[in-house]
Amino acid sequence: MSVETNIRFQSPPELSAFRDRLSSERRDDINRITICAGTGCVAKGSIRVFEKFTEAIESRQLDATVELKISGCHGFCENGPLVVMKPAGILYMEVRERDVDDIVEKTVTTGEIIERLLYKDPVSGERARNEDEIPFYKKQMRVVLRNIGKIDPNNIDDYIAVGGYSSLAKVLSGLQPEEVISMIERSGLRGRGGGGFPTGRKWRSCRNAPGDIHYVVCNGDEGDPGAFMDRSLMEGDPHSILEGMIIGAYAIGAEDGFVYVRMEYPLAIERLLNAIRDAEVYGLLGGNILGSGFDFRIRINRGGGAFVCGESTALMASLEGRAGEPRAKYIHTVEKGLWDKPTNLNNVETWANVPPIIERGPEWFSSLGTDGSKGTKVFSLVGKVKNTGLVEVPMGITLREILFDIGGGVKGTKKFKAVQTGGPSGGCLVVDVEEKGKKGAFNLIDLPVDFDRLTEVGSMMGSGGMIVMDEDDCMVDVAKYFLSFLKEESCGKCVPCREGIRHMLTILDRITNGEGSAEDLQLLEELAETIAEASLCALGTQAPNPILSTLNYFRSEYEAHIFEGKCPAGVCKQLVTYSISADNCTGCTLCAKNCPAGCISGEPKELHTLDSSTCIKCGICYDVCNFDAVIRR
Amino acid sequence: MSKIKEVRPEKVAEILESFEHRVDSLIMILQDIQEEYRYLPEDALRIVADDLDLPLSQLYEVATFYRSFSLEPRGTHEVKVCLGTACHLRGGPMILENFERVLGVKAGQTTPDLDFTLETVNCVGACALAPLVLVDSDYHGETRPSKVKDILGKYSQK
Repeated sequence: MSVETNIRFQSPPELSAFRDRLSSERRDDINRITICAGTGCVAKGSIRVFEKFTEAIESRQLDATVELKISGCHGFCENGPLVVMKPAGILYMEVRERDVDDIVEKTVTTGEIIERLLYKDPVSGERARNEDEIPFYKKQMRVVLRNIGKIDPNNIDDYIAVGGYSSLAKVLSGLQPEEVISMIERSGLRGRGGGGFPTGRKWRSCRNAPGDIHYVVCNGDEGDPGAFMDRSLMEGDPHSILEGMIIGAYAIGAEDGFVYVRMEYPLAIERLLNAIRDAEVYGLLGGNILGSGFDFRIRINRGGGAFVCGESTALMASLEGRAGEPRAKYIHTVEKGLWDKPTNLNNVETWANVPPIIERGPEWFSSLGTDGSKGTKVFSLVGKVKNTGLVEVPMGITLREILFDIGGGVKGTKKFKAVQTGGPSGGCLVVDVEEKGKKGAFNLIDLPVDFDRLTEVGSMMGSGGMIVMDEDDCMVDVAKYFLSFLKEESCGKCVPCREGIRHMLTILDRITNGEGSAEDLQLLEELAETIAEASLCALGTQAPNPILSTLNYFRSEYEAHIFEGKCPAGVCKQLVTYSISADNCTGCTLCAKNCPAGCISGEPKELHTLDSSTCIKCGICYDVCNFDAVIRR
Repeated sequence: MSKIKEVRPEKVAEILESFEHRVDSLIMILQDIQEEYRYLPEDALRIVADDLDLPLSQLYEVATFYRSFSLEPRGTHEVKVCLGTACHLRGGPMILENFERVLGVKAGQTTPDLDFTLETVNCVGACALAPLVLVDSDYHGETRPSKVKDILGKYSQK
């Protein structure tokens, strides 16, 4: 993307004059087509759609009246690839290459709307033309995601045009570092990486820590499976993260910063590198920023693929070129962090909250949310939910509003069962809409979502993954899943975590194999207590959460595995058998043809039989059968 | 033709140069070497250790700690079965078992002909497409047990 290399802003007014110029040059008489290029849409083919648009526009010589661009994640990943048509604001969904000619010929040329590409309300069947009419977007409040989907993340001018870097300009136009820290303190912002520590207080401690050299670090090692908030931010609005970091560095007194990004996010790394390069050209990063005399540089570091590196001390060890093992934190990283220098580490989403707080004021920010949790939170809504995607909501909104009003409820015909928050160290909460009241205090569907309430009920906010489960999900299997994840990712430094998790997993394996005993549940609880008490870092201390929360809310499922030798959800392989239903089988032979174990037999058009003694439970017959005749139970 | 590239010191030097010989870029330096050779050859590690003035044992520690690295040559194609939570719930483990069965290797292993390495990954953040499989950089979304053979067929060497 183009950046005007002859520009270097020498002062805040020069930046604002440039913004005015961009706005006066902006033409209102052209069509603007924005194609989502978040990972979800790219995986669904949005780059090919973009190329097809480029071709279609060139071949019709519409270059002068149509502006084509890509943007970050719009959030509604379920229905990607998404295409937004401005000025009318029409949102097209599931756009394929074959739809492109139609869009150019109709919507671009004559303004005609293509009904089949619009959002269709699953209940009323009505079509919605733009975002505001779609329930998925209606209840959201976009502070952190304010620019995503609107700007081209590879174009710094786009970011400046929507007010980008004006908070930095405000800070460098006369605010003292002390005043900046006080603004962040008054806003009530708490760390979005999971810990929820007050950001302003962290900044102050770091600034006050003695030493000439201070560092700021951005934690982009988003390791929680099922969580992609930070990825979308880095991919969709990289400059807002940089701007937050530059402001933080000024307040803290740092000259060097690092962004540590998961290696699984190559697109985020690429866009951040572009953003750093362009910001340096414009004099917004590097030496003498905006002519203020303040110097600050940012480097990107790719992670090595270790979950534990999301932990601050492990991340710093990794940045130093060592194995990512955490250390005990009786000495805080704000005093002795990276290379033993005072280091302030915040998560991606935390940094991206900084520019709006400076721009709109701490009082505005603290007016959003609940008493203890201010502002908004971005969640990634995944699993068995209808509208998989990324949502930003004010703190204090209820689970019901997130899961049903925004998420659209459960996908398919199954019943809602639970929602898991907080990543591998979080907990599973009971959500049962239909039996409201029946389960009394266990039903948490109307729980207001904020840091403190989630902790009270045995889960945690974590970084913002929200995983929806239905009646086909086995809660013992879910606990086992998280434990085996944590077993793999434990760095092995401390015994309670390394050995304790392994033993809890052995017990869970026993239970899911139908070999558990009554004592196992008690043993699990005892182990959980020890691990929580004695582990070195949060990976260990919170590792028992998935077990404790499922034991608390779904004990009957554990008991069914142990005492009845059954997996009620039909998930645990050892307890499941496959068979063929005499009522539904049409004798189409498809299952027999595909069975790799050769355990299905039967003549065409006659009932087939499955020999469970040779069945390898690969699931292929269940998957290929068109008549629901394969039973997994 | 051998599928394993020989280590060229100039290439390793070039990678070191691109990161300005910085120790805080060690992981990225090793990732680029891994990318070049599809594993971390001992000869390359010795060059890096000398250049950055680090003990070889530290490099060994880093190389065995992080998931990105392998001390054994990996296959031409990397199959990564996503086992993030959303993929787990939508049948990821069963997809993995089918890949293991068809390739005849377990997760983390490479086929003897060096064509495929089978890996698992903890969420690539494209949960709307769960269960998801990445082959090299291609996404195969909403994968089902019966599709596994076809997916591999697209990458099998003629």
